[in-house]
Amino acid sequence: MSNAAVTPDQLGPSGGDRARAFGSAALAQLSTLGPVIALVIASGFFTFESPRFLTGGNLSLIVQQVMVVGTLAVGQTLIILTAGIDLSCGAVMALGSIVMAKMAVIVGLNPFLAIALGLAVCAAFGAINGGLVTMIRLPAFIVTLGTLNVAFALTHIYSKDQTIAKLPAAMTFFGNTFTIGQTDITYGSILMLVLFALTWFVLRQTAAGRHVYALGNNPEAARLTGIKTARLLLLVYTVAGLIYGIAALLIIGRTGVGDPNAGATDNLDSITAVVLGGTSLFGGRGSIVGTLLGALVIGVIRNGLQLIGVASIYQVLITGILVILAVAADQLARRRQG
Amino acid sequence: MSDNGKPTPALEARGLVKRYGHVTAMEGADFEILPGEIMAVIGDNGAGKSTLIKALSGAVIPDEGEMFLEGNRIKFSGPLDARRHGIETVYQDLSVAPALPIADNLFLGREIRMGGPLGSVFRILDKRRMLAESEEHMANLKIGIRSMKQAVETLSGGQRQGVAVARSAFARSLVILDEPTAALGVRESGMVLNLIREVRDRGLPVILISHNMPAVFEIADRIHIHRLGRRVAVVTPKSHTMPEVVAIMTGAMAA
Repeated sequence: MSNAAVTPDQLGPSGGDRARAFGSAALAQLSTLGPVIALVIASGFFTFESPRFLTGGNLSLIVQQVMVVGTLAVGQTLIILTAGIDLSCGAVMALGSIVMAKMAVIVGLNPFLAIALGLAVCAAFGAINGGLVTMIRLPAFIVTLGTLNVAFALTHIYSKDQTIAKLPAAMTFFGNTFTIGQTDITYGSILMLVLFALTWFVLRQTAAGRHVYALGNNPEAARLTGIKTARLLLLVYTVAGLIYGIAALLIIGRTGVGDPNAGATDNLDSITAVVLGGTSLFGGRGSIVGTLLGALVIGVIRNGLQLIGVASIYQVLITGILVILAVAADQLARRRQG
Repeated sequence: MSDNGKPTPALEARGLVKRYGHVTAMEGADFEILPGEIMAVIGDNGAGKSTLIKALSGAVIPDEGEMFLEGNRIKFSGPLDARRHGIETVYQDLSVAPALPIADNLFLGREIRMGGPLGSVFRILDKRRMLAESEEHMANLKIGIRSMKQAVETLSGGQRQGVAVARSAFARSLVILDEPTAALGVRESGMVLNLIREVRDRGLPVILISHNMPAVFEIADRIHIHRLGRRVAVVTPKSHTMPEVVAIMTGAMAA
């Protein structure tokens, strides 16, 4: 790391700048380490309080419990990195799961075709969100608040408020488990982890991923460097929609039915996971690994409090406080950077 | 700059006109910059110099007039088109993504992928090479920043501007800098001016738009004075004094 010929009067930092840089770097570190610290503290506490917490079976259960919210949070992370937000993800997932279930059970389509249709519906909703955000330049919050209601209504109209049972086995595959040692692991958990790995790869190792960060950080600079920002934004929302379709497949696997009321609060939980993971709601900074940790923090707290017999409403209380802490840390870091 | 057997200008504009309704922002504006020179563009507020610069960088399409890049007639369809022709513009509002590392900023929009199937099929970036080239590029420009992995926002204002200028130095034809020292203190301005000289000395012509008269007189080879929508004079820091230039700029003295 040697820079040749560094003379005193070059663009080196002054003392004050260095101190400021150090402060914001420390805070940036905190937003990366925050979810790790939260996870370690929570896990340590529950290990101490309950002998059942730190067992393979329970850890596998935690991953299984977060697989739907975690998958939604993958799409949510992509959108929040572009300085957007998606309130519609849970409703779009519910619509996708109803389309899959109804196409397979009521219409009698081949289950794989039914799954493909459900994925297509979710991707289409993502594309509509992205189209409205890019072409009419509406705020993502308003667009997705609208499509949240549209998807919610369509789900209930199309399903006639009926839960659809007796799904074909191929459709609930991701709820099945395999065993390693004494521990049962669902295929759905693996699928979620694969999605995280894939997204990590795209965000960290490809130009498209770096462009997503640049787009969220300084859209005008990104456009002027030749990045096709409108197309990229549309792509991000569409891919996020497709990921919600995968979440639909996972929730069908987990519950074994097509439930029109599924995922009602999952949109907020997915945002919680992203924010806990240290991704900035202002876009351009954050990581997909953080989101996985954020989702696990939610999972560990819910699971642990259940194990030690604390009423479930306290899980919501603690998650709420953690979200505020995470957003406050991000806001402070931004203010320092001026 | 020899005037006998005059070299082909790096960029030339003749008789540019741009009207916005009843307002004429450019009225037959001419412009020229020769290879290897720093041409400062100055003018009072409302003289139309920003319209001229936008026309040269492709951000404004003139209604009339012609432009020539290295002697070839050219028409830009937009800023990206100008960029494709090798013209890099650094805008006043810092054209960098502050949260991204320096190396990422330098290569934003022109990333280098790995060789072989890793790059062509899996689209994996060659981060090591981009990092190495960033270090080399910055060292060549004598910008002493330790790590190319640090985010641009951890830098001082002058260093950030340094990154933006360094980025533009990848240009093939010429560099346009819009008020690069506007938000900077004296010391940092001096550093950025050194950097601009460094860019020029590497053979890239630089168009410098600035209100900072001492800076203009310090580094410009020639000064283009813009007034009432057209070029009224081209002078050099040696041929004219600062008060004379200001007088021409404001119309108090004939060119």
